[in-house]
Parts: sequence; C-alpha cells; structure tokens
Amino acid sequence: MSRRPILTLAAAAGSGLIFGIGLAVSRMTDPEKVKSFLDVAAMSDGTWDASLAFVFGAGLLVAMVFYRLTRPMSAPLLSLSFSWPKKVHIDRPLVVGSAVFGVGWGLSGLCPGPAIAVLGLAPAEVALFAVAMLIGSWTASLIISGRTGSASAVASGDAAAK
Amino acid sequence: MIEPTDFTPLSAAIGGMLIGLSAGLLWITVGRTAGVSGVFGGVVPFRKGDIDWRLAFLIALPIGAIIGSSLGPKILTEISDAPPVMALGPLMAIIAGILVGAGTRFGGGCTSGHGICGLARFSARSAVGVVMFFVVAMITIFIARHVVA
Repeated sequence: MSRRPILTLAAAAGSGLIFGIGLAVSRMTDPEKVKSFLDVAAMSDGTWDASLAFVFGAGLLVAMVFYRLTRPMSAPLLSLSFSWPKKVHIDRPLVVGSAVFGVGWGLSGLCPGPAIAVLGLAPAEVALFAVAMLIGSWTASLIISGRTGSASAVASGDAAAK
Repeated sequence: MIEPTDFTPLSAAIGGMLIGLSAGLLWITVGRTAGVSGVFGGVVPFRKGDIDWRLAFLIALPIGAIIGSSLGPKILTEISDAPPVMALGPLMAIIAGILVGAGTRFGGGCTSGHGICGLARFSARSAVGVVMFFVVAMITIFIARHVVA
C-alpha cells in the first residue's frame, strides 16, 4: 500500500534511527534507570529518579503536534492511507494484556523499544529477552487468531500496536 | 542492594522529544504507529508486503542507540556512558520477555504505541492500557524490591 517503496523504507529507517538515538540519549536503554522510576517507594527517601516522566512528557508533546498537523491530511505523504488502529473499544484483552506487560516490564525494566535498542549496545544482555518477547508475541497472536477465527484480525495487529 | 540512578531531566526531555519526533515522522510519512511492540510483533506471522518497513525500522533502532550512546555523553555530561546491564538471570529474562511479548500483543500496544502515540491522539483505549501497565509495573517492582527481597 506504499506509493513510494524506497522512500517508505528510508522513512521507516529514519524513524527507527531517531527513536534509537532518543532512547539512548534519555538512557531509557538502562533497565536500572527505568526501574528507578517505577520504584515509587524510593520517593520517601529521596532516591526516586523521575527522568522517565520527562521522557514521556516530552515525547507525548511532540507526537501531539504531529497528530494535530496531520489531521487535515487525507493520506500520509508516502502511503495511500493512514493505518488507524482497528480496535477502539476498551475490552478485556486490553486490560489483562497491559497488566501482563506491566509485570514483565516491572521485573526486567525493559519494554519492547529499549529491548531492541539494547541489542545494539549489549546484545548478550538482552538476546534471551528479545527472543522470548518474539515468542510471547507470536504465541499470543496464534491464541487471538484461534479465538476470533480470523488470521487477518491478528495479522494487522490492533490499536497502537500498529 | 539497590543502586539509585541520577535524575537527568534535560537529557530525558531531549531524548523524549526525539522519540516523539520519530513517532510523528513515521505517522506523517508512512501512516504507521511507531509502537515498537506492534512493529516488532507484526513480523510474525510473516506477511509479504508488510515486512520491509518493519525490518527497516527495527534494524535502524539499535543503530540509533549506538549513535546516541556514543555521541550523547560527549554533548551532555549528565548522560552516563556505562553500557546497560540486565540484572536478571536467564530464566527470569525469558519469563519477563514472554510476559512483555504476550502482554503487549493481547493489549495491542506498549509504552510507545499506547503511551506516546495513543495518548497523543487522545485514545481512551490507550489511556486505559497506559494506566494498567504503569500501575502493575510499579506494584511488581515494589513487591520485587521491598517485599520479596
């Protein structure tokens, strides 16, 4: 569905590159730094690291500007249409899945972006985690497609997953 | 023993802006959400015609991290140049990885997809996801650090 395949690849690579630079500059590639934010009990003794909130807030503000800018556009610059998330309702898989993700994130200090970014910095540290993440995602997609009976619903992903 | 990390608001905000810029660029050019769990998970099952942009993004991501961590500390002294360390044994790394992979697939997004992109377009669905994974992650680390340990 890409009108300009080469430029699409370049745009995706550019986006991935900037994403990786952003993660490294903000040190979200360090699981200990993420855990220091999630450990709210550290607020009581003054060792809490609020950095992640600044990463999140700044990222959100910039992304908001882009979503606002693109609102009048009928199609993105290089594709025929915007890939809006298919799911808009709040359902049980969203709540349970996000909770399961929260357990894994709290245990490891790694969410998917940093996990892949760290493959470039300390591959031996995260290789097992990254492979397990792919297997977990694949298994979940098989369960979802088995449940809905439609492979396409899973294949195209949902919500923000796109 | 828990080693506290330094509060680094400036590099955090600069890095965050770059992440927002990345998500904005992918949306305005290709019309795709820069949610890493979705870009990554969408590789399986394999679908022809939908793989190229995903691989381009996923290969560039760690290259960007290499560039950011070699240049970052030279520009801003608050950025640490220590390589990231996973404090998990292999079994826990596998368990946590499966939970993150399966949870984000069922939940339809992660910190970037629901957190940055979803909230930026005021999605109520993403807001519920974000609250869930932040609260559960905070409870998990509280138990791991202050109850079990």
